[in-house]
This record gives sequence, structure tokens and C-alpha cells, in this order.
Amino acid sequence: MRIRSKPFGEIDIDERQRIFFPFGILGFEHLKEYALMDASQPPFFWLQSLDVPDIAFILIDPHVFRPDYEVKVVDSDLSDIAVQSTEELIVFSIVTVPDDHRLMTANLQGPVLINRDKRLGRQSISLDPRWQVRHFIVEELASIKG
Amino acid sequence: MLVLARRINERIIIGDNIYVSVVDIKGDQVKLGIDAPAQIKVYRQEVYDAIQEENRKAARSQGTLPAFDSLFDKNSKKPADPADGTKHNS
Repeated sequence: MRIRSKPFGEIDIDERQRIFFPFGILGFEHLKEYALMDASQPPFFWLQSLDVPDIAFILIDPHVFRPDYEVKVVDSDLSDIAVQSTEELIVFSIVTVPDDHRLMTANLQGPVLINRDKRLGRQSISLDPRWQVRHFIVEELASIKG
Repeated sequence: MLVLARRINERIIIGDNIYVSVVDIKGDQVKLGIDAPAQIKVYRQEVYDAIQEENRKAARSQGTLPAFDSLFDKNSKKPADPADGTKHNS
């Protein structure tokens, strides 16, 4: 299908890229239909709203800069998106990019969980106090590369 | 809003299986104990608010992204360097 996107303008997406978020994203509860797209700059992805072209979130696999990241959320958040085994589950963090890109942060406290087989998504809230709303990606990645 | 006065160790019941007790009171801080089934989510309101606010900020990010490697250009460590820990600055 053809969609309007914030990063790429009009673009064709595959039906398999469509993800339904029954509860939306926190603060955007009314937007439930998204497309998951590769960014042209890996390891980033775009989560593009299909309802409002101007709303798109940048996602990253948190393990890229925090190999020790573990998802600890209430079971009902997983059952909300029909996750039965961890193989179905993909975990992303939403990235905030300020003017100085090197200060970009990832939200590890509010992971975006996606059931890739059933194409259902949900933003959850981590029960692990180590993970916060703003983790500086460049700094933390530099520290693990040491 | 329903307002109930409770003393330390007194509880209220919400629905059939959610118990909230006052565990401790010190100055202007009240410690609550919450006993609820696993599928009932309990968060501090600030956590919820912080994630909402961060999402709004994230949604305002520009539609263009830098190449990931370029983020390290001004750091002491360049992505092309082998991560072997033998680097010396002169």
C-alpha cells in the first residue's frame, strides 16, 4: 500500500510492515495504526503513523548500545499483543533526537514491544528501575566500546 | 473523588482483590502497600507522565537522521578503530 511518511514522503510499504497498536503509544493513544520501516541509516528504524503522516518515531534496538538490556514488564502487556514465546517478540526503544544529534537519547523505561508474527505492538513500562526515560546513546555506546 | 481517612496499617479494598494499606507516614510522605493481582498495573504517576512527555519530544524529532557512525566523529574514539584497547593518545 502507498502511504505518506514523515521521513520519505510518499512511499510503498508491504502489508507485513503494518503494526497495530491497540492502545496506541503513550501520549498518542488515539493513533493505533503504524508502519515499521528501515531507516536509511541503520541501526535506526521508523515507526510511522498511518493516520497522521507528520507523526513518526525513531526506534533503535536497545541492545545496540546496552547489551545488558532486559525487558521486564507485566505479563498482561505481553498478552495484550498475544506474545506466547520470546521468538515472536521484538523490542525497540524510542529515540529522541535533539539538534545536536550526538545528544540523542533512547527511552529504555518505555520499551516498544512488537509481536512480529501477529503484527501487534504495545508500549510498555519497564519494572526494572535501572532503565530510564533518557539514556544517552552515543555516550553509553562509547563506554561499552571502551 | 472518594476521600477516605486511614491510619497506619488500615486498608482499603478496591474491587474484589486489590488491597491498599498505609504502611508508614513520615512528615509529608505516606508509604502505601498495594496488593493486587499480577495483571493489574501499578505505576507512579510521574513515570507515566515522563514517558508521555518523552514520546511527545521524540515525535518532534526531524525526519532526517545522521549516519550512525558520524555520531562518533568528535569523540576520542573513531568507529574505524579496532576495539582492542591498545589505543594510545600522543
